Amino acid sequence: MTLVWLILIPFIGGLLCWQAERFGDRAPRWIALGTMLLELVMVLGLWVSSDFSLPAQGATNAWTLEWQADWIPRFGIQVHLAIDGLSLLMIALTGLLGAMAVVCSWKEIVRRVGFFHLNLLWILGGVVGVFLAIDLFLFFLFWEMMLVPMYFLIALWGHSGSQGSSRIGAATKFFIYTQASGLLMLIAILGLVFAHHAATGDYTFAYADLLNTPLSETTAWWLMLGFFVAFAVKLPVVPLHGWLPDAHAQAPTAGSVDLAGILLKTAAYGMLRFALPLFPEASQAFAPVAMTLGLIGIFYGAILACGQRDLKRLIAYTSISHMGFVLIGIYAGTELALQGVVALMVAHAFSAAGLFILSGQLYERLHTRDMRQMGGLWGRIRGLPGFALVFVAASLGLPGTANFVGEFMVMFGAFGVAPWVVVIASAGLILAAVYSLFIMQRVYYGPPAEETPLAGLDRRETVLLFGIVALVVFFGIYPQPLLDTSAGAMQVVQHSVQQAGAMMGGSQ
Amino acid sequence: MSHAAMMALMAISPLILVCLTVIVVMLSIAWKRNHTLNAIVTAVGLNVALLALLFGWSLGPVDVTSVLVVDDLSRFGAVLVLMSTLACVTLAHHYLEGYEGPRDEFYLLLLSAAAGGLVLVSARHMTTLFFGIELLSMPLFGMLAYTFRDRGALESGIKYMVLSAAATAFLLFGMALLYAVTGTLDFAELGEALSVSGNDPWLLAGAGMLLVGLAFKLSIVPFHLWTPDVYQGGPGPATTFLATASKVAVFLVLLRLFQSTLAFHENWWHDLLAVIAVITMLVGNLLALTQNDLKRLLGYSSIAHFGYLLVALVVNEGLAVETVGVYLVTYVLTTLGAFGVVTLVSSPYVATGGTADASPLHHYRGLFWRRPYLTAVMTVSMLSLAGIPFTAGFIGKFYIIAVGVEAHRWWLVGSVVVGSAIGLYYYLRVMVTLFLHEPGMQRRDARHDWAERAGGMVVLGVATLIILLGLYPTPMIDWVSWVAGS
Repeated sequence: MTLVWLILIPFIGGLLCWQAERFGDRAPRWIALGTMLLELVMVLGLWVSSDFSLPAQGATNAWTLEWQADWIPRFGIQVHLAIDGLSLLMIALTGLLGAMAVVCSWKEIVRRVGFFHLNLLWILGGVVGVFLAIDLFLFFLFWEMMLVPMYFLIALWGHSGSQGSSRIGAATKFFIYTQASGLLMLIAILGLVFAHHAATGDYTFAYADLLNTPLSETTAWWLMLGFFVAFAVKLPVVPLHGWLPDAHAQAPTAGSVDLAGILLKTAAYGMLRFALPLFPEASQAFAPVAMTLGLIGIFYGAILACGQRDLKRLIAYTSISHMGFVLIGIYAGTELALQGVVALMVAHAFSAAGLFILSGQLYERLHTRDMRQMGGLWGRIRGLPGFALVFVAASLGLPGTANFVGEFMVMFGAFGVAPWVVVIASAGLILAAVYSLFIMQRVYYGPPAEETPLAGLDRRETVLLFGIVALVVFFGIYPQPLLDTSAGAMQVVQHSVQQAGAMMGGSQ
Repeated sequence: MSHAAMMALMAISPLILVCLTVIVVMLSIAWKRNHTLNAIVTAVGLNVALLALLFGWSLGPVDVTSVLVVDDLSRFGAVLVLMSTLACVTLAHHYLEGYEGPRDEFYLLLLSAAAGGLVLVSARHMTTLFFGIELLSMPLFGMLAYTFRDRGALESGIKYMVLSAAATAFLLFGMALLYAVTGTLDFAELGEALSVSGNDPWLLAGAGMLLVGLAFKLSIVPFHLWTPDVYQGGPGPATTFLATASKVAVFLVLLRLFQSTLAFHENWWHDLLAVIAVITMLVGNLLALTQNDLKRLLGYSSIAHFGYLLVALVVNEGLAVETVGVYLVTYVLTTLGAFGVVTLVSSPYVATGGTADASPLHHYRGLFWRRPYLTAVMTVSMLSLAGIPFTAGFIGKFYIIAVGVEAHRWWLVGSVVVGSAIGLYYYLRVMVTLFLHEPGMQRRDARHDWAERAGGMVVLGVATLIILLGLYPTPMIDWVSWVAGS
């Protein structure tokens, strides 16, 4: 039942927030914060109390906790939830970033506070559902459902764009991109289910059953593409990234934090959990294409980041660049690379969330995100620029930060499989340094636009930022807890990739 | 009275009861013009008919003369027709309170149209098909033009009448051709004749014309041109009936035709139908994009939805019947929700001379901050129309995609996806309009006590049902698959 509660708590908390609005603006905030902290405590409790170093036997998943109930027997659909190291890490991240999102919008959101937190918490509830569902129907439901509150978050509380583009336009774009690609995944899921039905005569959406569906090579290829496109839109992979900069630019800070910190991770999670294990051979064959796309993403994101004027758009493009590394790591398929992907996802969640929170705080003080109107802020705001330096350093992957660990492991792990990809990708690191320095130079150094000092960080902001910095540095120095937790889950993925490789090698 | 005749009477009793209610209401009007009383009598009559229908379910399939059959499919259709009629009665009562002309006759028309729907879902012979369609359409002319002092309503009624007449001509001509070639009007016998001499040009022409007539009622492209104007102009309750009960009944008779008669064995028939389905979804969705009028937009969206439904007819095997059933249930619920809100916001009726209802989209701007629960209903309906998970609409869309994937009709499935993606744009636009706040805009509001009225309760119930069926669709799926299987 713990797993069910993990999903239900944010939903219930959201409803409470909505109703609590009648008691003033503060009530919803505290309820939302309490909800997310409760979620976090529950996950951490689960983390401490269970053993994740289970050696994975063969290619079967070793779930730490499982819960199932019949739902739609006509199609063999169940409410089937399960948690392993990977999902646990992701849910812990969701709880943490959720709490941060609540805290960072404490002063930013002043209108319709209750309804705002309803949406915020429902996104997080949907995300937790995505991380827990191992019935494909249920997974799809959560995958699509979390778009609706995100849409509202951007459309109703977003900022108007710097170039006159509207927040509703951005929200609609985000929704249509993800929903349409999601329907492709639904087609792929149904194709898989009917293939399984044809082979065995049973309808089932259960992950474990569908894993061993016999598929012809072309079918597997098309179905894999269906999954890949859905995940690629969300990750985002470059030709499908069009929604991301707009959505980030218009979203309120909490929306950006969730979007970059968690929503992008659902895509990587989906690839690791579903796309690779369900279609190992097809994915193996697709790996060169995926890695090339990853490379394009690294360079495209980094180069476009250099040319941005809007601070949040810049950070959004750096996300695209970082997700390129994630994609390469996933399709490299070695255990080291996969572990690196997990570390990188966690690290990127922290650094991107930190940068977005900072840009939100700058916006509260300057009422602009246009970097041409910034400059010289180092002397004008107490505290904030220092934190910015740390997050920028983390974002460019400086040793000592968690991002370094992740990127290093991805590159190291992928080198044996695709040396040239790694060589080219490491050139992308230089671009990372360039755009990172651009941020520092344009925003914090240079001639100040005005001399008047701006409000420094208050206690809430300081504690929030210190927390993130501590986590970035802690996991940079000692990433072992992350790696231990996800090791079992990653071994399973790696095993299926290896098997596919062996089979393909044998057939040639 | 013989046992068989008794059985037939019991099986057809819902139809008889509805017709009796027509007479009772008529007498009651003659006795005393009491709006509320007549609405209550109507509702009671419909409920009794519904009860009779449920009790009759245990009888199994019953042949009522050689032109009507009461089986599970027809009972399923009858439930949907009666339920939507009931919802329309409650909405109409609230709506017509502001109307200064005679109000009570609306219920007469509504009941007659419902009787037509009941005939239609049981039809297995061309005569009953024709009789049902006409009985369904004739009162609709009157209902659509009921508030005839408004130009919009009058236009809508006349437009529907003229174009309906044209469609009827097609229908009759098609039947005549079929009869000329085969010498029969029975669905099953026609089916045999078609499978024997399927390529006879007169036969094909006849079947084609028949389809044109039905396609008009379902507003399938290219016979959809009347839809937006009629939807926009007609009074709320009448449009609601047109969008739900009328379309369900016609679609079910089309399904029955496909099952028994026009099981066209030639592949090109299916391909032609597939092309029509694709065009219908795309045209419906594309034309809805630029609408600034909620009722027009819903009209175009209904065109698109019947395009999706056609996928099941094209496949016509495997899950097809179940898909039609599930989709119709979800469609009716969702449409009742959406039109219910429109009608409530437009209630009570206020004469404007133009289009009386609150149909321009800007009337709904910021509705959430004034009527949160009503807006929640509308939001749920929009999400359900768009097929977002955890609403009933998603289950319908899931079935449509499943049936397409099962039959490997990839083009159709692809168009459903494209259509849904386009559709999202305007559904989202409506949704976000409800939440925007712009002071100083022209407003139209539901009355403060809307939720305590029958219409309000029906609408809230519908929204709850949409969510419940989205969360736990098993009862609906079990029911429909049982209907489809037997």
